[in-house]
Amino acid sequence: MRPFTYERAASAEAAVAAVASRPGARFIAGGTNLLDLMKFQIETPAHLVDIRHLPLRGIEDLPDGGLRIGALATNTEVAAHPRVKREYGVLARAIVAGATGQLRNKATTAGNLLQRNRCPYFYETSLPCNKRQPGSGCSALGGVTRSLAVVGTSPHCIAQNPGDMAVALRVLDATVETVRPDGSQRRIAIGDFHLLPGDRPEIEHPLAPGELVTAVTLPRPPGGTHRYHKVRDRASYAFAIVSVAVVLQEDGTGRVAFGGVAPRPWRVEDAEALLPSGPAAVVAAAFQGATPTAGNAFKIPLAERALALVLSEGRA
Amino acid sequence: MARAQAAGTMGSVVVALTVNDERRRLDLDSRVTLLDALREHLHLTGTKKGCDHGHCGACTVLVNGVRINACLSLAAMHDGDVVTTIEGLGRPDRLHPVQAAFIAHDAFQCGYCTPGQICSAVAVLAEVEAGVPSHATGDLTAPVTLDTSELRERMSANICRCGAYSNIAEAVADVAGRS
Amino acid sequence: MHFDTSAGRNPIDAQTIVGRPHRRIDGALKVTGTAPYAYERHDAVADPTYGWIVGASIARGRVTRIDAAAARAAPGVLAVLTTLEYDAAPPGFRTTLTLFGGAEVRHYHQAVALVVAGTFEEARAAAHLLRIDYDSEPARCDLAAEAPKSEPIADRDGPDYPVVDRIGDVEAALAAAPVTLDESYGTPDQTHAMMEPHATTAAWRDGKLTIWTSAQVVSWHRNSLAQALGLAKEDLRLEAPFIGGGFGSKLIMRSDALLAALGAKAVGRPCKVALQRPLIANNGTRRAGTIQRIRLGADRDGRLTAIAHHSVNGNLPGAFAEAAVAPTRLIYAAPNRDLSMRLATLDLAEGNDMRAPGEAPGLMALEIAMDEMAERLGIDPVAFRIRNDTQVDPRRPQRRFSERHLIECLELGADRFGWARRNPVPGSVSDGRWLVGMGVAAGFRQNLLMPSGARVRLEQDGRLSVETDMTDIGTGSYTILAQTAAEMMGVPIEAVTVRLGDSDYPEAAGSGGQFGANNATSGLYAACTTLRATVAARLGFDVEDVVFADGMVTAGRRSAPLLDAAKDGPLTAEDRITYGDLDKEFVQATFGAQFAEVAVDRFTGEMRVRRMLAVIDAGRVLNPLTARSQVIGAMTMGVGSALMEALVVDTRHGFFINHDLGGYEVPVHADIPHLDVVFLDHPDPVSSPMKAKGIGEIGLCGAAAAVANAVHNATGIRVRDYPITLDKLLDRLPRVA
Repeated sequence: MRPFTYERAASAEAAVAAVASRPGARFIAGGTNLLDLMKFQIETPAHLVDIRHLPLRGIEDLPDGGLRIGALATNTEVAAHPRVKREYGVLARAIVAGATGQLRNKATTAGNLLQRNRCPYFYETSLPCNKRQPGSGCSALGGVTRSLAVVGTSPHCIAQNPGDMAVALRVLDATVETVRPDGSQRRIAIGDFHLLPGDRPEIEHPLAPGELVTAVTLPRPPGGTHRYHKVRDRASYAFAIVSVAVVLQEDGTGRVAFGGVAPRPWRVEDAEALLPSGPAAVVAAAFQGATPTAGNAFKIPLAERALALVLSEGRA
Repeated sequence: MARAQAAGTMGSVVVALTVNDERRRLDLDSRVTLLDALREHLHLTGTKKGCDHGHCGACTVLVNGVRINACLSLAAMHDGDVVTTIEGLGRPDRLHPVQAAFIAHDAFQCGYCTPGQICSAVAVLAEVEAGVPSHATGDLTAPVTLDTSELRERMSANICRCGAYSNIAEAVADVAGRS
Repeated sequence: MHFDTSAGRNPIDAQTIVGRPHRRIDGALKVTGTAPYAYERHDAVADPTYGWIVGASIARGRVTRIDAAAARAAPGVLAVLTTLEYDAAPPGFRTTLTLFGGAEVRHYHQAVALVVAGTFEEARAAAHLLRIDYDSEPARCDLAAEAPKSEPIADRDGPDYPVVDRIGDVEAALAAAPVTLDESYGTPDQTHAMMEPHATTAAWRDGKLTIWTSAQVVSWHRNSLAQALGLAKEDLRLEAPFIGGGFGSKLIMRSDALLAALGAKAVGRPCKVALQRPLIANNGTRRAGTIQRIRLGADRDGRLTAIAHHSVNGNLPGAFAEAAVAPTRLIYAAPNRDLSMRLATLDLAEGNDMRAPGEAPGLMALEIAMDEMAERLGIDPVAFRIRNDTQVDPRRPQRRFSERHLIECLELGADRFGWARRNPVPGSVSDGRWLVGMGVAAGFRQNLLMPSGARVRLEQDGRLSVETDMTDIGTGSYTILAQTAAEMMGVPIEAVTVRLGDSDYPEAAGSGGQFGANNATSGLYAACTTLRATVAARLGFDVEDVVFADGMVTAGRRSAPLLDAAKDGPLTAEDRITYGDLDKEFVQATFGAQFAEVAVDRFTGEMRVRRMLAVIDAGRVLNPLTARSQVIGAMTMGVGSALMEALVVDTRHGFFINHDLGGYEVPVHADIPHLDVVFLDHPDPVSSPMKAKGIGEIGLCGAAAAVANAVHNATGIRVRDYPITLDKLLDRLPRVA
């Protein structure tokens, strides 16, 4: 871990200014991912701006019936929020399927959205990685790929987005709110928040330097049945091999997103329109153009079976 | 690489913590984790370093009453916080009920994950009380009851390679049943 | 005390304290975080320096240059030790590896430098400033690819060695058998994943070294380190009072100990080093993966006529083979037998001991094969195993087992587990979306005898002090030694103080190979026997007639307080147990029957163990509470072996890619249900005066196969390549829509 200076931000404006004005400055909130990466010197901030004490932690009702989740609300707080439990069950389910009680107490909503990938080669600092060292090459290609993405990848990166919460936010059509160094605010649809690797895998999100996520908003509750199923090798405390988030309506229509299979939560609206035709049709459409390896091709039939499971439970 | 060399003494922080009811003030390198502050600077070695990367749970402590991994937190981030470690829960001659239950149920072997298991268990009882759901929770909107699947899911953050899980679950259930 | 005839009645048989479920006497220290482990000796070392180990980033080749200038100039750095500046350290006991020194790299993450700084943070940061150049050679790291080039293992007799065993004519018997099986099985490389990393604090004073380290066998570590440093072993003191798990990883000295000693010497201050978790899998040792071929032949009644078991694994040149065929020598009868092993060269972390070496991976394969064979024969798998029990060493039929109650384990277990409810037709039991099955496997592990010493002192206040360099790696040594001394001397367990893990104490067996408990307590039994004689003499009793109970020494009608014997000063006795040839005359072994019920999600293939039972025959159980913990811990590890644990090699670069506790999954709470254990009560007088046998490993033997067989019973899918992960089931699960 490189030496760094540390400050506790007094306000969001000050935090944004501090990070925007200093090269190598970063926000830190929960820190559960950033600090880990700093230990490996995969992340090497020169200055940390601790935003944990900013008043961005609240969870409040929106006039349109939606919900505004402060960027610093912890995973635990979001999952335990009465409205989240009652009306956005898929979000509560996804959050508690992720990580552990300890990590969820620390991890924040914005930090979770911004967590970096868990490709083992990303962590293997003696080997090339286009996310770590742009242009150096992808060591995962031709390597051990069982956990990695099967769709949305590029010849430069096959890392998967490891999140659970983000998959639920995707089916809930969440919006990410930010404030930029110039004080302006913007809203980014969750579907635009995680970028596909293309030929620039090191660029993972659309945020500008110093741009701070302030909240995630949810539209009016979608109703229906909420399911999140996460498949992993052990029963807990593991990243998804495949996960599936579903909001299913009584007429058989609904929304579907997959986790663990792509560089971002994988929702294909045209594919979910096929829900009434059954899981095979949805998965065939959602994974069209997939480029799995021999080591992870099983994820596609697994995604179909996980969706079948969720649908069978939803109907039950 | 040059930056580290040139860094010199950049990045020291002063941290005031309340640890196990004692006010402590530390002058630290900003890189010091809460875990290393406890173990190396305060000599509270009951909190264990099993992996230093958030993969094992041995470093579990309570901060402001909530369990976290001390290895994935900077000490600097805890200025003003109240920290409880295993040493603050009980002593050999004055055991916390969870500590006593661990002995009664032989809920450990090598002892290295044990402080983390116990801190976690204490926190789990509070989380259930507070209605925090888990992956094992059936009806999200109903009050949480600590059945065995709930207990095992919530304790899954704490790895025990000696494999005392079956006994740990019974020790914690024993305490939960009494309270 | 030389033990060479079967034990008669002795003071342990009273079992007033031994054999009872006493709580751990060190429990209060462990649950309060006050038991000090190796890296935590602030009590002994006030101002340590911190070492950070740098691992090689190639699997095989040479270090050509290390530029340490930037690291040495970094803030707080006191020294950088590079492997090029040191001679290759001689390999320690039971290893072929040089832990540090010289240019040669033999495996990934081999230690090539140590950065020592005033703080942990400074050492870690400076380590990133090293520039290391290598000449890299292609690494051999794919067992399947290297197996054809493997060399046969010659026969070396002994309980811990692989055996080439050819009896009768296996080929003819297989050709003649009406029912046969010929299948291959794979077991993966595994890592111990003990919770406490390898760690050492080292301090030099006047040319003498003290280390606080995490060692399973004090004398092995001490001798290895002394040799590596060119130090007389008298000048090296080792303390290991608490050890955060080992499972074989800490049987032999590792780089943390050597580098802490070298680092402390280099900076002239104490130094502490913990092998960083991400280095352990590739820097440390592993359980070697195997490819096993098993052929079985049986008559229609289910009597085995032939057993052929072949195993190949890979290891570094000069390192030993994983004795996977070892249990097959002794577990089942069959007149025609062919057991063989081959060893290939792999440039991976050294294959070495991990809990139940040989037996664990061997039974993972053999006990699936037995399940498959039972199915082919149409015989219940419990009955099939019972039918093929042997009461003698099949190789030397005149050599009997001292005690062998495998049949009782199986029968009692079947009864307790509700085996009769098992549907023998695979894939036929459902519970909602879950397919449910039951599996059984037999367990077998040799009982190893090792000399072991202890000292016991009767203090003037009537308390007893026990001192031995025996270790407690979680096994309960503190408690069973206290029980032994209390039973022998007739005092309550609370009157006994046990001090362990110090090289100044008499040399004990140490912890490994499930030899610790029986041998260490027998060593203490020997010392107590001497002390009883001294006490009897002091009190004027004939030791032959005397009874030690309730703090009194009694012969006939005369009684005297034990305390009186020490009124002129403490009485000390030291002795060790050594063994004659009883283990040659009799096979000494431990047995188990493992039962598992597993549910498999018919959609996703996710597997959940619902129930598990082990019935164990391991001689006298010294403490049912701690023994049970040993067995449930081993069963838990067995669930891991069955369902998730595997080090995965990147064959291009020659290292295990999942080298941390996130990537290498071991079971968590949610994977493990309530586990049941039943101990049979068959003290073994041939084993030792304690009549106990090993308990630490038998619980792992067969556990994984029981789970594997339950998965098959649940689904009808037979997976022969561990671990049984859901991707291996997926294409054969029921169709879903």
